[in-house]
Amino acid sequence: MDCYTANWNPLGDSAFYRKYELYSMDWDLKEELRDCLVAAAPYGGPVALLRNPWRKEKAASVRPVLDIYSASGMPLASLLWKSGPVVSLGWSAEEELLCVQEDGAVLVYGLHGDFRRHFSMGNEVLQNRVLDARIFHTEFGSGVAILTGAHRFTLSANVGDLKLRRMPEVPGLQSAPSCWTVLCQDRVAHILLAVGPDLYLLDHAACSAVTPPGLAPGVSSFLQMAVSFTYRHLALFTDTGYIWMGTASLKEKLCEFNCNIRAAPKQMVWCSRPRSKERAVVVAWERRLMVVGDAPESIQFVLDEDSYLVPELDGVRIFSRSTHEFLHEVPAASEEIFKIASMAPGALLLEAQKEYEKESQKADEYLREIQELGQLTQAVQQCIEAAGHEHQPDMQKSLLRAASFGKCFLDRFPPDSFVRMCQDLRVLNAVRDYHIGIPLTYSQYKQLTIQVLLDRLVLRRLYPLAIQICEYLRLPEVQGVSRILAHWACYKVQQKDVSDEDVARAINQKLGDTPGVSYSDIAARAYGCGRTELAIKLLEYEPRSGEQVPLLLKMKRSKLALSKAIESGDTDLVFTVLLHLKNELNRGDFFMTLRNQPMALSLYRQFCKHQELETLKDLYNQDDNHQELGSFHIRASYAAEERIEGRVAALQTAADAFYKAKNEFAAKATEDQMRLLRLQRRLEDELGGQFLDLSLHDTVTTLILGGHNKRAEQLARDFRIPDKRLWWLKLTALADLEDWEELEKFSKSKKSPIGYLPFVEICIKQHNKYEAKKYASRVGPEQKVKALLLVGDVAQAADVAIEHRNEAELSLVLSHCTGATDGATADKIQRARAQAQKK
Amino acid sequence: MAFPHRPDAPELPDFSMLKRLARDQLIYLLEQLPGKKDLFIEADLMSPLDRIANVSILKVRSLSLRSCPSFLFEQLCFLVRPRIKNMRYIASLVNADKVAGRTRKYKVIFSPQKFYACEMVLEEEGIYGDVSCDEWAFSLLPLDVDLLSMELPEFFRDYFLEGDQRWINTVAQALHLLSTLYGPFPNCYGIGRCAKMAYELWRKLEEEEDGETKGRRPEIGHIFLLDRDVDFVTALCSQVVYEGLVDDTFRIKCGSVDFGPEVTSSDKSLKVLLNAEDKVFHEIRNEHFSNVFGFLSQKARNLQAQYDRRRGMDIKQMKNFVSQELKGLKQEHRLLSLHIGACESIMKKKTKQDFQELIKTEHALLEGFSIRESTSYIEEHIDRQVSPIESLRLLCLLSITENGEPKRLQMRIYGPEHLLTFSNLRRAGLLTEQGPGDTLTAVESKVSKLVTDKAAGKITDAFSSLAKRSNFRAISKKLNLIPRVDGEYDLKVPRDMAYVFSGAYVPLSCRIIEQVLERRSWQGLDEVVRLLNCGDFAFTDMTKEDKASSESLRLILVVFLGGCTFSEISALRFLGREKGYRFIFLTTAVTNSARLMEAMSEVKA
Repeated sequence: MDCYTANWNPLGDSAFYRKYELYSMDWDLKEELRDCLVAAAPYGGPVALLRNPWRKEKAASVRPVLDIYSASGMPLASLLWKSGPVVSLGWSAEEELLCVQEDGAVLVYGLHGDFRRHFSMGNEVLQNRVLDARIFHTEFGSGVAILTGAHRFTLSANVGDLKLRRMPEVPGLQSAPSCWTVLCQDRVAHILLAVGPDLYLLDHAACSAVTPPGLAPGVSSFLQMAVSFTYRHLALFTDTGYIWMGTASLKEKLCEFNCNIRAAPKQMVWCSRPRSKERAVVVAWERRLMVVGDAPESIQFVLDEDSYLVPELDGVRIFSRSTHEFLHEVPAASEEIFKIASMAPGALLLEAQKEYEKESQKADEYLREIQELGQLTQAVQQCIEAAGHEHQPDMQKSLLRAASFGKCFLDRFPPDSFVRMCQDLRVLNAVRDYHIGIPLTYSQYKQLTIQVLLDRLVLRRLYPLAIQICEYLRLPEVQGVSRILAHWACYKVQQKDVSDEDVARAINQKLGDTPGVSYSDIAARAYGCGRTELAIKLLEYEPRSGEQVPLLLKMKRSKLALSKAIESGDTDLVFTVLLHLKNELNRGDFFMTLRNQPMALSLYRQFCKHQELETLKDLYNQDDNHQELGSFHIRASYAAEERIEGRVAALQTAADAFYKAKNEFAAKATEDQMRLLRLQRRLEDELGGQFLDLSLHDTVTTLILGGHNKRAEQLARDFRIPDKRLWWLKLTALADLEDWEELEKFSKSKKSPIGYLPFVEICIKQHNKYEAKKYASRVGPEQKVKALLLVGDVAQAADVAIEHRNEAELSLVLSHCTGATDGATADKIQRARAQAQKK
Repeated sequence: MAFPHRPDAPELPDFSMLKRLARDQLIYLLEQLPGKKDLFIEADLMSPLDRIANVSILKVRSLSLRSCPSFLFEQLCFLVRPRIKNMRYIASLVNADKVAGRTRKYKVIFSPQKFYACEMVLEEEGIYGDVSCDEWAFSLLPLDVDLLSMELPEFFRDYFLEGDQRWINTVAQALHLLSTLYGPFPNCYGIGRCAKMAYELWRKLEEEEDGETKGRRPEIGHIFLLDRDVDFVTALCSQVVYEGLVDDTFRIKCGSVDFGPEVTSSDKSLKVLLNAEDKVFHEIRNEHFSNVFGFLSQKARNLQAQYDRRRGMDIKQMKNFVSQELKGLKQEHRLLSLHIGACESIMKKKTKQDFQELIKTEHALLEGFSIRESTSYIEEHIDRQVSPIESLRLLCLLSITENGEPKRLQMRIYGPEHLLTFSNLRRAGLLTEQGPGDTLTAVESKVSKLVTDKAAGKITDAFSSLAKRSNFRAISKKLNLIPRVDGEYDLKVPRDMAYVFSGAYVPLSCRIIEQVLERRSWQGLDEVVRLLNCGDFAFTDMTKEDKASSESLRLILVVFLGGCTFSEISALRFLGREKGYRFIFLTTAVTNSARLMEAMSEVKA
C-alpha cells in the first residue's frame, strides 16, 4: 500500500499522471512496429497491422500481410494483401477497418478480416495518387480525409453516407504541408495545415491563414500537430522544440512548453480527462516519451521499445512489442484518497475500514473524525467513485468494501450508486480480461454505453459473454438477450458446412419462442447467403405470418406467400402479394390462383370495381359467373353508357348472361327494361317531356298526369301491370291532378280491385269532402264505418256499427263522438251496447 | 320515470381519454406540416371530427378550413377515409396543379388507417412521389358514456356484401387499444365469422406486444362480439323506443340530430346533441314511445311548479333562485320544448303512414300468424309506392321470418337497378332462399297466386352456396323470443326486453347475449348456434387467473360488427338494470332498418 503512489508522477502542482500495464503482449510480431502501418481503434478497440508496406524499397514480389489483433494481442484475423499499395489504415466507429489505397480506393474490412465493401474517393484522387490520409471520428460517424499528389484535400465526413467534398486550393502551395490535421467545429470538418511558418485553415468554401495567439517567435516550421479526442484542443510542435497548446478554434492559448528537442517527434497526442482542468500532451520520440502541460517541468519516460500511442477519451494507450500500457491523469477521487498523507474523508474511511478488519479500535477513531466533520456521505461517494477508476480488482474491492462499511453508518444513503458501480465493474473486469481484450476505463464505458459495448461483443462473436452480461444486468429481453441470439443465429446460418436441417434445428432450440426474435430476419440472412431452403425452414418458426410474406415474395414463393398473407388476416399484405402475383403470372394463372382464395378474390374484385372494370369482367368470364356478369352489364347500362343504343346493347348482354345463369326472372326483367327504354325514347320523341330512366310505374303516372290516358293503359297492358297496382296508380295520379270527373269515371269503369276506401282516403287527403262522400257509400261493409268516420258522418257510422254489432267498431265510433253535436249518437251507441249485453 | 340503476351497478370507465388521444394525435400530425395550410376534410369525417376537436382548435393551429377545392396556401392537407374514390379525387387535384405549373406540398392523412390499395392508386395516378401519407388512428369515437362508435357505416356493405375483410383489422386494432387502456378482458364470447376473425387478429396483436397488458387489472370483465348477420330481424323492425324512433324519423348522425323547423317551431333547424348530458333526453331515451308524451307533460308540470316558486319569494331568495336555479331550469325548458316538438312531429308522420297497421304487420310476421294478411299488406304497400326502402325492408322481414323468398316483380316499378339490389340482398342473406325440397309455405303459394308472372324462377346465383337459410321460427321458439302475454303488456313497467318492440318480441341479438352471459358459455345453446348457421363461429375464451374484481365482472363490452340499433341498446340497458350489469356498446356504426336497406341498394351514380 505504501508504494501505491509509486507510479504517480506529478506535473506541476496540482496533477499526477500515472502509467500502468494493461496487458503484456505476446503477439509475436515478426517485424518492428515502425515498419508497419498501424491502426488502433479507440475505446479499447482492435489493432490492425499491415506489414511490409510499400514505402520501403523491397522486393515487390512478397505480398504483405494484414493482421488484426485484439487490444490484448490475440490474433483475430490475418490475410494476404492482394490489392494495391495502402497509404493509411484506420478504424471506423463501427469497428470496420478502412484501408486507403494509393489510387484513392478505400477497402472496408470487418473485424474478422471479412471484406465488406469498397468505395472510391473520386477521380481526381485516382489521377494524382494519395499522399496521405486520415480517418477521423465525428458525432455523425467516421470520416476520411485525403491529401492528394496535387496537394489538394478531399474529405468525406461520413463513410456510411458517402459525400465527397473537395476542399479549396491553398494558394501558392508547392510542396506537401509539413503536417496537417482534421478539425471538427460546429459539426463541420475543417483541415488545418502547416506550410513552413504559416498555418492555413481550409473549410469547404475558403482557405484562410491563421496565427495561433501567443506563439513564440522564431518558428520556421511546424513539425507535428495534435487535436484532442473531443476536438476542443490543439497542440503544435515547432522546429524550435517549442510546443504551443491552445483551443482548437485558435482563439486562446492555454500554455506553452519548450522541450529543447528539435527532432520531429514520432507521435504527439493529447492526454486529458473529461471535466478536468489539466491539459497535457504526450510526445513520443524513438526512445523517449514526454508528458508536458502547464508546468515548467515535464514528466519523462524512457521507451525500451518501439511504441505506438492511441489517444483515448481520458488518457493514452501505449503499446509496443511486449506490453500495452495506459497513461492518464489520476482522477480526482483517487487523488484525494491515495495522495500521501491525505486527510480527505474517503482516505479516512478507507483507513477506518482497514483498521476495522484488523479489529483495531482505531477504526472508530477514524470514523468519528469523518462523522464529526459531517462528511461520511461524501466519503462513501468518494470511495465508490475511486473504485470505478481503479484497474486492479483488488483495489476496486477494498475501496468498495470501505464504501459499504461507511454506508452502514448512514441513515438514508441511496444504494443505487453503489450497486450500479459493482455491476459496472463486474462487466468491465469481464471485458478487460485477456481473452476478450477490450481495456475500457470506466469513463469510456459510460461514454460508450452498454448497448454499444454489447454490439462490440457481438461483433467479436462473443455471444455467450454478451448474453451473460444481459442477464446479469437484467436488460429487457428485446434489447438484450433476444437481440444477441438473433445475431448469433444470423452468424450461424452463414456456416455453410452445416446442413440446413441442423442449422434450423440448432437455431430453433436455442431461440425457441424468445420474444423479440425475428425469425424472418434470420431467414432473410440465410437467403442472402443463398440458402433458400434453410430460409423457408426458418420462416416456419416465424409466428407472425405477416413477417413471412415479404421474404417469401423475394424468394419467389408467391403462392405460399399468398396463403400466409391470408392467414395473417392483414388485407394490405394480401394486396401486396396480389399485385406481385399479377405481374409475375400470366393473366390466366393469376385468375386461377385467385379462384382458390375467396378472400383474395373479393379483395381484388373490390379494387377492380373502382380501378379496372374490364378486369372485373374478365374475372367473371373466366369463372363462368353469368349471374355476376349480368349484374355487371346492368350496372354498365346506367353507369357507363350514355347513348340509348349502348344502354340497350348492355342490357341485351346482361339478359343473355342471365339466361346462361338460368335466371329467367332476371333475364325477363332485363328484357322488359329494354323494351321500356325504347318505349320511353319513343314517348319523348312523340310527346316531348322527360321519360327516360323513369321506372315503369312513374312512366305510367307521368302519362296520366300528362292526360295521355290511352297510352297509359296501353303501356300497363303491354307490361302486364297487375290490376291492383294500376288502380292505386291511377287513383293517386288522378287525385294529384284533382281531376274528379275522370276519377269518378274511372271508379265506375269496373268494380275496384282495391275497394273504395282508398278513394275516400285520397279525397280527404286532398280536402275534398264532397267527392269523398260519393265513394263512402260504395265502400264494402267491413270498412264502411271507417269510411263514414273519415267523411265525418258520425251518426251514420254509428248506425252501421250497431247493425254490425261489432264491439271494436262501436268503440271506434264512440271515440270520434265529440262535443254536444254527437251527444245523441253517443247515447245511441251506449244503448245498443247495453242491449247487446242483455242478450 | 327513468329507471335508476341498481345501487351496486358498476361505474363505467372513462372513455373521454379516447377523445383526447385522437385529438392529440391529430394535432401532432398536423403540426408535422408547419406553416399555413389548407385542410381538406372529407364530409364523412366532419361530424366525428367535430365531436373530438372544436373547429376552433384547428383554427388556433393556423389552418384555414375549407372543403372546396379553391385552395389558398402552398400546403395542402387531406384528411380522408381510405377510399379509392378519394384517392382519385386527390390525384385529379394534384395533376391539375402540375398542369398549371404550381408546386405545392401535399399530405394525405388516412383515418383510421391506410390501405395499400390506396397507395397503389396514388402510384397508378403518378402522384405517389408528390404526396406524403400518414395515418390518424382515430377508430373509436365515444358517442355517449356507454356507446363507442367506429363511425364506419361502410363496414356493413364491405364485409357482409362484398366479402371485403380489410376493416376487420381496424376492429382488432380498436379492441387492442381498448385493452391497453382499460386492461385485458378476462372473458370473451363471440358469434359469427367476422367476430371470430376479428377476435383472432386481436389476440395476435396482443401476443406480439405482450407484456403491456399483462398484470393490469381488468376494468371490463366480459367482451361479447356479435356479427350483424346473426340477427337481421331485430335491425329490420320499426323502432318504437324514443331514441330509436328519433333515429328512424330524423336520423341521428354521430350522436346529434338536426331538428327541422317543424320541431323547433321556429324558422331554422337546430343541431342537438343527444346523450346522457341532455337530462330530459336521458330520461326518455329508453322509454317506449307511448310513455314519452305522458312523461314529458309531467315534466312540464314540474318545471312550471319550480318556476312558480318564484312567487312569494323575498329578494334574497329570488337572488339565489336567479343565480343558481334559473339557468338550469331555462336549459331544461328549452330541451323539453324541443323533445315535445320532436314527439309531435313523430306522431304526425307516423299516423300519416298508418303506423299502427305497419307495426301490427311486423308483429304478425315476428309471431308467425296471419301471414296472409301481412303479405297482402306488403303487397298493397308496394302497389301504393309509399317508399321503396320501406317496401324492401318489409320484404326482407317477411323473407327471413318465413324463410322464403317472395317474388320480385315489384322490381320494375322501382327501376331496373333494383334488380341488382335484390341480388345484393340475397347475397348478404337479407333475402333468403328456400332450400330445395322444402314445401311451399302458405305465403309462397299465396304470393305466387298474386303474381301474374308465373315464369318467375329462382335465381341460382353463384352465391347460392353461401346464401344462408334462415331458421327464424325455430330459433324464436327455442329462445322464447315471443313472450306469452296474458292481457295487456304494461309498457310503463316493462317486464322483459320485449318492451322495446311493444312487448311483442325480444330482440334476438340481446337474448343471445343474455343467455350466454347467464351460462358464461355457449353450453346448452348448441342447437341455437346450429340454427344460426354459426356452428364453427361461436367461441368462448376465459382466462384462468381470477384477478378480475366482482365490480369489473359486471361490466360487459358488447361489440356489434356491422352496426347496432338504438332498440338493441335500450334493450340491453334494460337487461343491465335488471341484473345489475352495465353494458358498454362498441359498434362499427349505429344503424337502423333504413340504413341497412340503403347500404344494399344500388344507387345510380
